[in-house]
Amino acid sequence: MSNQSRHEAETVERSLDSNLDSVDYAEEITMGVAKRAGFDEDDLTKIGMAVRESMVNAVVHGNRYNANKKVRFSIHKDTDRLTVRIIDEGEGFDVESVPDPLAPENLFRNSGRGIFLIRSFMDDCRIRRLEPGGTEVTLVKRMVSK
Amino acid sequence: MSVKLNSRQVGDVSVVDVAGRITLGEGSTALRDALRDMVAKNHKKILLNLGDVSYIDSSGIGELVSGFTSVTNSGGQLKLLGLTKRVKDLLQITKLYTVFDVHEDESSAIRSFA
Repeated sequence: MSNQSRHEAETVERSLDSNLDSVDYAEEITMGVAKRAGFDEDDLTKIGMAVRESMVNAVVHGNRYNANKKVRFSIHKDTDRLTVRIIDEGEGFDVESVPDPLAPENLFRNSGRGIFLIRSFMDDCRIRRLEPGGTEVTLVKRMVSK
Repeated sequence: MSVKLNSRQVGDVSVVDVAGRITLGEGSTALRDALRDMVAKNHKKILLNLGDVSYIDSSGIGELVSGFTSVTNSGGQLKLLGLTKRVKDLLQITKLYTVFDVHEDESSAIRSFA
C-alpha cells in the first residue's frame, strides 16, 4: 500500500436496514477502510469485532429488527485515527445499567459481553442516548506508527 | 462460510468438529442446536474441536457458556480442543478461559474424560 493512500482521508456513510445482513455489510466496509488505513491484522480483527458488536446492538437491541427503522452507519479515516459512528432509532438504554460481565456472578450469563468487548478493542467508545429516541455509538481507533 | 459442524464418536466421547464463523444468527444457532441435541440424547462426554473456527463474536461466546452450563447441569462434561489464538484471546479477556477445560491435543483430550 502506498503512503499516499494511507494518509488520504476517506468517509463512507450508509443508511442500513435493521437486519443481520447489515451487520455483515458494515463489518465489510469497516475492514476495507481500516486495511487502507494501514492497521495490522491484530487491530483489524479488533476493529471489525467492535463494529460487529455495535451493529448487533443497534439492529437487535435498538431497532429490534424493525423493518421501518434504519441504522445510520459512518466511518471516517483521517491522518491519525479511524472513527466509526452507529446510530439506531431504538428507545435507548442506560449504559451504566449493563452488568459487568467479568463479575463472578455474571460469568456464566450467555449475553452481555458486547459492550465490554467494544471497549476492550477500541481506544475510545462513547455511547450517547439521543432525544427523542435512539442511541449513538462513536468508536475511535488511533493509528500508531509501527 | 458461516459455520459447519460435524459430529463423530471416539470411544464414548462425542467430538464435534466446528469450522467457520460462530456469530449471531446461523452460526450461533447451529452450535446451540447441536449441543441441545447431544444433551437430549444423553451424551455425557462432549469435546468441541474449535481448531477451524476463524471467528467468534459475543453471541458465539454466549453459546459456548450456555452449552457448558447445560451439559454440566445434565451431569456431563464439555471440553474444548484446539483454540486458535483469536478464540483463546477472547476467552482470556472475558475471564472464561479457566472456566473451560482446554486441550491442544485430541488424544490427551479424549483421555482426560476417563
